[in-house]
This record gives sequence, structure tokens and C-alpha cells, in this order.
Amino acid sequence: MQNSIVRLVEASKAFTTPEGGIVTALDRIDLNVRRNEFLTLLGPSGCGKTTLLQAISGFVELDGGSILIDGEDMTDRPPYRRPVNTVFQNYALFPHMTVGENVAYSLEVAGVAKPERREKVAAALKMVGLEGMEARRPRQLSGGQQQRVALARAIIARPKLLLLDEPLSALDKNLRQAMQIELKTLQNELGISFIFVTHDQQEALTMSDRVAVLSGGRIQQLDTPRAIYDHPVNTFVATFIGASNLFEGRLDGDRLMTADGMAIRHQPCDRRILTQATALIRPEQFFLAEDNAPFPTIDIDLDQIVFVGSTFELFGRTAEGRKVVAEVPANRRSLIGTVEQTRKARLAYDPAAVHLIGTTTGAA
Amino acid sequence: MTIASRRRFQLALLLGPVSAFLAVFFLGPLAIMVVTSFLAPGLYGGVEWTFYPHNFGRILGFADPMFEEYDPIYIAIFLRSVEIAALTVLATLLVCYPAAFCIARLSERSKNFCLFLITLPFFTSLIVRLFVWVLILRQTGLVNEVLLSSGLTERPLDLIYTKGAIILGMTYVFIPFMFMPVYASVEKLDWTLVRASLDLGAGPIRTFWRIILPLTAPGIAGGAVIVFIPALGNFVVPAVLGGAKVMMFGNLIEQQFLAARNWPFGAALAMMVMSVMLIMMVAHVVLSGRRSAAAAALAR
Repeated sequence: MQNSIVRLVEASKAFTTPEGGIVTALDRIDLNVRRNEFLTLLGPSGCGKTTLLQAISGFVELDGGSILIDGEDMTDRPPYRRPVNTVFQNYALFPHMTVGENVAYSLEVAGVAKPERREKVAAALKMVGLEGMEARRPRQLSGGQQQRVALARAIIARPKLLLLDEPLSALDKNLRQAMQIELKTLQNELGISFIFVTHDQQEALTMSDRVAVLSGGRIQQLDTPRAIYDHPVNTFVATFIGASNLFEGRLDGDRLMTADGMAIRHQPCDRRILTQATALIRPEQFFLAEDNAPFPTIDIDLDQIVFVGSTFELFGRTAEGRKVVAEVPANRRSLIGTVEQTRKARLAYDPAAVHLIGTTTGAA
Repeated sequence: MTIASRRRFQLALLLGPVSAFLAVFFLGPLAIMVVTSFLAPGLYGGVEWTFYPHNFGRILGFADPMFEEYDPIYIAIFLRSVEIAALTVLATLLVCYPAAFCIARLSERSKNFCLFLITLPFFTSLIVRLFVWVLILRQTGLVNEVLLSSGLTERPLDLIYTKGAIILGMTYVFIPFMFMPVYASVEKLDWTLVRASLDLGAGPIRTFWRIILPLTAPGIAGGAVIVFIPALGNFVVPAVLGGAKVMMFGNLIEQQFLAARNWPFGAALAMMVMSVMLIMMVAHVVLSGRRSAAAAALAR
């Protein structure tokens, strides 16, 4: 496993709640993190992503399974003897030390001589764009600057792996987007693997080489952002990432028949033989149908039209009462005008763009 | 009435009672003490209204050549009192600091219950509680009975009427005073900072010295001042547990006022203690004030 920097084998962890219940945070998780990879752990709160991160950094002891970092078994090692550093959610800068002392901390602990320390601190601060800020105190800095200090402190000792626990969640939107790009650049420069935890799917899609979607202590899907968006393996992933229209039903040739009588066309695929499936149509796959267009359509009664700049979002219901959301380009003003007047829309879609999710039949 | 003058009126109304009370019952007696300490003792108690600096001379080395020779015993007793008070601070800290960490990690309900337990001793009389220690420590007391019957010692140990007994009793009395400020700073401690330190490669011991101790230092300093000052002047504990053998400065002052009836000398002794305490208080205020002023300046 030369290409793997972190390997988790059947990692398991359960917590006991104060009420005496048991919560499974990690359910026999297998995970390989590649060298020089930006991997994001994405999931709703309570999905186990933070527990997974803490298992790697050593703050959570596993009930079962093992963790290897760079081929070495780390399962029973305390956090201070793992070649891993963390950027914490609230930055966790030491308030009684200067910025320089904060950044130098891991070097000082490792016994690096003072002149070398000073040099490396200056270099690390330069890397995050805080040159010459050594003498400041953390509380003199803005949130974004504190974030950078935390970053410099975590990378100065060149860990084999950098863990980031929702580090951008406290920043405002513009700063967050700027930091996303900077983090990605920094990761390329350093050439070390980043494991990034977030509940923000946009963030995950923007930055990652691969995304692991977690729910209920399991990895639901681990793939590139694009694959996860276009080909979610189950309805949880489909709904958690991006907006989605889902139609569950029985497959019949190139049609999917829902229980309430809708027919969704799709491109039949021969690699799987499914009888039951869920069809996924992303909102942006819909377009407003002009007459005689050679595409299948769905008619909806509109509840709401929302202008979001480059697109309009249409919220409506089918005759069967299903909610449908569509996102159509804002440059087709005449079509939108008609839709606004009639409060009805005919949504067309390309069968090739319909993604089928196999339904595990509950009746075994 | 303008808003400013109304606010001043409200402040006066709020602060008036406490100011009047302190003026009558604190500043008044204090002034009497200061004056008394510079008067000559009367032959049969009371004072003679002449300026007489030798009360302080008797303590510091310029005794009245007419009546007595300078005896460094008073300074020795003072230094012993400082030593006992300092050891009391250390002992209460050693008890309270770890306990604060344990209690800070409990659930909200258990926390409140523990804090209640710590204040519980205040509900009974200090004298009664100290006499229980007499029962425990005396020659025929609980500790000696156990040691003798178990055969660990052949003769009862001298536990009571020693410096150790006083420090034990003082520690017992002052634990709640140390606990509260220490607990307040320990409870505020941000544990993610501890995690960050461990994450950056510092082991538990180094994390304690570099992170936990500096961040809880204000509570330790506060507790030390709050315990040291009353411990230095305490005379009840040494009277009960130190007997006639170990005397502290508080006992000396009490003796001068009640037994020797030398009020001016007693007042001079009291001034000595007070000046040392004042110096400590001022130092503490200035140091912590400078710290927070520096922090405020930095925050700007």
C-alpha cells in the first residue's frame, strides 16, 4: 500500500448517551487516504465525521479495528505521538502566547533550536500571508487571520497528514470562499494529504479530490465530487448533495413507472438488471419545453418562482401532487414570462441525464 | 435635574449606606488603632497621651532603653506566622487544584452538589469544628488510638500542639476560600487548547506546565491572596490546636490586648501585619491590573 498515507480497517466506535442509549459513531469503516490527496468527510451533524477525524488524530479510542499512518500501526498511540496535526474549528490558539510562540509550539516541544525555530516560523507565516505578525497576540487578530495562524501552527512541523475540523465554518461567506482556494493551493504546495471535515456540500465539492459522504457511522459513498454529484449510489447521497427530484418506481423497459402513475423516461442500461429503482433528475437538468420538442416532459403547477441571478428556480407540483424543483436559465425571459402568467410549466428533460439509483428491495 | 447629576444621585444612594457603615465601623477603629500604636502604655492598662515610637521599636530594634531590651522574638513569631500561612496556602492549593479539575468535569447537577458540600462547613461553628480536631489529634485521640491498637507505634505520638497541627487545622478552615477562585478559573479552561497542545506533540506533563498552569494561574493567585491574608492574622486555630507551644502573630496581638493589657504595643503589632497585607494586596492589584491593562491595550 505505497500509495496510501492513512488506512483504516474496520474502525468502530460507539458512544453511550447519558440516557443509557448507544450511538454508533463509526460502523466498521474501511478507508484509504491517498498520498497528496485532498479528502473531504461530508455529512450531517452526528454522522460520525468528527469522530472519524478524532480517531485519526488520536483523541478518540477505537472500540475495534485499526489505523495505519504511513504503514505504521497508530491504533494505540496517544495524540502527541502521531505524525498528524489538526486545525481546530475554533482555531484553539493559545491566548497567553504570541502568534510566533503559537506557531513555534510544536518545534519547541520537539526541541528544535531557537534560531532555526525563528526561521521556520517566519517561513510558515509567510506561507499563510501573515509575514511579520510574530509579536501579535491571537486576540488582536481577525477571525480570518487567527485561522491562518492555526494553519501555520499545524503545518510548521510538516506532519504526514493535516486534519481540518470545519475550519471555515466561523468565517463569513466571501472570506470562506477565498480560504477554500487558498487551502487547496497550500495543499498542493506542501504536498501532504489533507482530511477536511465539513457539513457544507458546496465546500466539499469545490475543494476536494475525493469526497466521503458519511451517514449513520458509515461511508455511504467515496468518490470524486463529480461522480458523487452525477452518480449518487443511494437516495441519501442524492438528497444530501445538491437539490434533487426523486421518483421511485418499477422499471419497465425505458420507463420508470411510479406507484401514482407517472412515467419517467431513462436510458436503459444493461449493466444492471433492476426491477425497482429511483430516478434522479437534478433541477438544472430540466428546461422549459417549447412545443413539439422531442423530449419527455412533466407538467407542473407552480407554487413559487425565485429569481437567483443567473437562473430562476421553479417550485411546483405535478398533477399527482409531487413536489418538483427546476432551475432554468434566466436568459429565456419570454418563456419565463409565459410561465409566470399561467402559473403552469411544462418541464422537459433528456432521458440520458436521468440517473437511476438501485433500490434495495425491502422484502427479502 | 440633568441625566449626569441624576446618575450621580443614584450612585450616592446606592453607595451611601455601605460608605457610612465602613466609615463608622472600619475607618474609625482603624484610626484609633493607628493613633494608639504611637502612644505610651499606661501603667495599669489604658494609654498615656504622649508620643511614643518605641512600640514599633520593640518589634523592629529600637526598644525603649528605660524599660526593656530589644528582643527579636516578635520578628521570629511574625516570620513563623508567614511560614505557616504560606504552607497553608500551599496545602489548600494541593487539595483544591486537583479537586477543581474533577468537579469541573462532572454533570451540572453533581457540580452544584459538590459546591454545596464545599460550603457546608460554614453552616456549623468554627470553634466546634476545631475542637473535633482536638478529639482526633490529642494523645488519647482517634489517630493515636488507631495507631496504638494496630501496633504501628508503641507510644502515642505528639500530634496536637505542633506546627503541623496548626497547618492541618488552617488548611481545613481555608479550603473553601482557596477552592472557589481556583474552581472558577479551572472551569473556564478551554479544553480544546489542551487538545491542541497534545495534537502538536506536547505530552501531558508539558501540556500541564505550558498550557493548563498558565491559563489557571489567575485563579491560583486569587486563592493564594484570599487564604494567605486571613491565615496570617488567624488566632483561633493556633489557640485551639497550637496551645501554648506554638504561637502565631494573631495570638500575640490578642495576648497584648487581653492579658498584658498593653494596648499600644498590641496596636503596633497589628499595624505590622496590616502593612504587610496591604503591600501584598497592592502588589496583587497592580500586577493583575497591569496584566489586564496590557491585554486591553493589545485588544485595541
